[in-house]
Amino acid sequence: MINKSLFDGVKSRRKKYLCMVIMLACIVCVLMCLNMMIGEKNYTLYQVINTLLGNSSEGSFLIAKLRLPRTVAAIFSGIAFGVAGHIFQTLLRNPLASPDIIGVSSGSTAAAVYCILFLNMNRGLVSLIAVLAGILTSILIYKVAYINSFSANRLILVGIGTQAVFTALISWMIMTASEYDVPTAMRWMNGNLNGIVTDSLPLLIAVVIVSLAIIIYLRHAMASLALGDAYGTILGINVNLVRTLLIVLSVALIAFATAITGPISSIAFLSGPIAKRICGHNQSNILSSGLVGAILVLAGDFVGQNLLYTRFPVGVITGLLGGPYLIYVLIKQNKGGQL
Amino acid sequence: MSNKKIILSYGLGIIILILALFFSITYGVKSVGFSDVIKAFTDSNSTDYNVNIVQARIPRSIFGLMAGAALSISGVLMQSITRNPIADPSILGVNTGASLFIVIGITFFNIQSKLSYIGLSFAGAVITALFVYKLASAGYGGPTPIKLAIAGAATSTALASFVSLIVMPNSSVMTTYRFWQIGSIGGTSFEDIKLILPIIVIAVIVSLMLSDDLNTLLLSEDTATSLGLNVNRTKAIAALCGVLLCATTTALAGPISFVGLMVPHIVRMIIGNDHKHLISCSGLYGASILLISDVLGRLLGRPGELETGIMTAIIGGPIFIIIIRKAKVQSL
Repeated sequence: MINKSLFDGVKSRRKKYLCMVIMLACIVCVLMCLNMMIGEKNYTLYQVINTLLGNSSEGSFLIAKLRLPRTVAAIFSGIAFGVAGHIFQTLLRNPLASPDIIGVSSGSTAAAVYCILFLNMNRGLVSLIAVLAGILTSILIYKVAYINSFSANRLILVGIGTQAVFTALISWMIMTASEYDVPTAMRWMNGNLNGIVTDSLPLLIAVVIVSLAIIIYLRHAMASLALGDAYGTILGINVNLVRTLLIVLSVALIAFATAITGPISSIAFLSGPIAKRICGHNQSNILSSGLVGAILVLAGDFVGQNLLYTRFPVGVITGLLGGPYLIYVLIKQNKGGQL
Repeated sequence: MSNKKIILSYGLGIIILILALFFSITYGVKSVGFSDVIKAFTDSNSTDYNVNIVQARIPRSIFGLMAGAALSISGVLMQSITRNPIADPSILGVNTGASLFIVIGITFFNIQSKLSYIGLSFAGAVITALFVYKLASAGYGGPTPIKLAIAGAATSTALASFVSLIVMPNSSVMTTYRFWQIGSIGGTSFEDIKLILPIIVIAVIVSLMLSDDLNTLLLSEDTATSLGLNVNRTKAIAALCGVLLCATTTALAGPISFVGLMVPHIVRMIIGNDHKHLISCSGLYGASILLISDVLGRLLGRPGELETGIMTAIIGGPIFIIIIRKAKVQSL
């Protein structure tokens, strides 16, 4: 009897999670259509679909060459940032330990900026170097913060220090590369979807899909790790292997997305907690975090492009959301005495 | 602490400072010789090219000296009041607060005079410092290092996005701001120095007068109260001086990070915790460190230059990490 009700609970929660994921996916679709339709010049949904299918050439440049890459980049970078942030927060058991706060993304950004501004590399190579730099930065932060035992608080503080150094380097590179105009420079400070090129996208899409598949395959192991290393070992998981794999995958996600859109602020930090609020704590929340990330980027871009008196890059809008939320999390954690 | 060691530290500090000043005047994109420096001081009407370079560099060096001293003393005061090893204007988010107010001033009120820069920067710094401190003190254990650092980082992030929102649509403000926010002592003149000298001197004298009280405060607030110290007044005056010192510098030079963090730590390792010597020695060594960072930035960044704020972050970031690694685990 007890067993039956227990399984019923699990089943109903799973069903609820599935419903929520589908709902989030629907919101992503709606926002995607909105972003394709509305802008400097508005089109109906029918026109957009016709143009994309090649049946009509009306506004084909605007829709197929400008808005489609932009929207696709928004969705996949959103998923990448959202999932990666969620994994960091879960593994380090701290909502503040997202890659953009502990300095992992700043390493990737610094490398990407250097390659683009000074070495004029093509985007594929830049992505690869950004990934390597991100992984190296994470290893560095982890090693430096590890004294006798692991401490998440120390990791966060070391991350803040590391980030300060990289941010200084990035601003210096932007200052010296004077031939680049200010908007390009700001992309690397806040994240921006302007000027996405179609040929840089397939790599991002491939990386997101492959990593997401592996991460979802590892979701049970990740849930056990979240309880603590000891529990993971007891439950028969190769703790170090799983953790390393998960971290490498999330750094790869962050770095590939960063190389294309720049570090879109706060997405990694916000997505996980929002997904948890919507779907509850009992599920892996990997897909839902990714979808929430995509929604945030799409919505942020829509607001930044259409609803304000001038156009703002998406990073500024999402940054505005992230700052106050960060302070809210702090107040809550402080009250609960978790810090 | 023996007297000999203290005298030695002062002596060494003064020698380093003189060397730093000398390097700061002679080295740069174009290095000049010692004779030109002498000539610049003795013959003020000289038209010689090198002499003119020296004369142009003098305000920069003097400003750097003052900024370094001000930021370091500000760091000492903040660390003592918060009883926290990693308090620093940049960690506390004070710099970003000052930035936001200055950006608002440039954009909406079209401020021009340096004095209004200083006023706005001070207002922004005070409000942010209070906010961050309140945020970090909530909950169990008061403002511990980790809480203070994260509260500062969070507030900085929040304020920085407001800054972007205001600055972005406005390209002329953007250009001004972009160069200001790097933190450089490059574009300063004798007028700037005249303007901030009285503020800095008064703040330093007041902090030196407070040094006995600050020593008492180190014991613990309860002990200090029972010894007859007005704890709140001491803290308020010291905080005011600390914020004033960093806000004035930030207003004119832009945010220069980590100087206030690393200098007091280095000085404390040498001469200990007596505030009388801690404050004056920090000022001395802070001035040298800022000048040396500036010279290094000029040499490494050739043919341009690495701005001072960038150099101090590159040097200071690792030192911040070393301090964290040394801190006791339970306090983290």
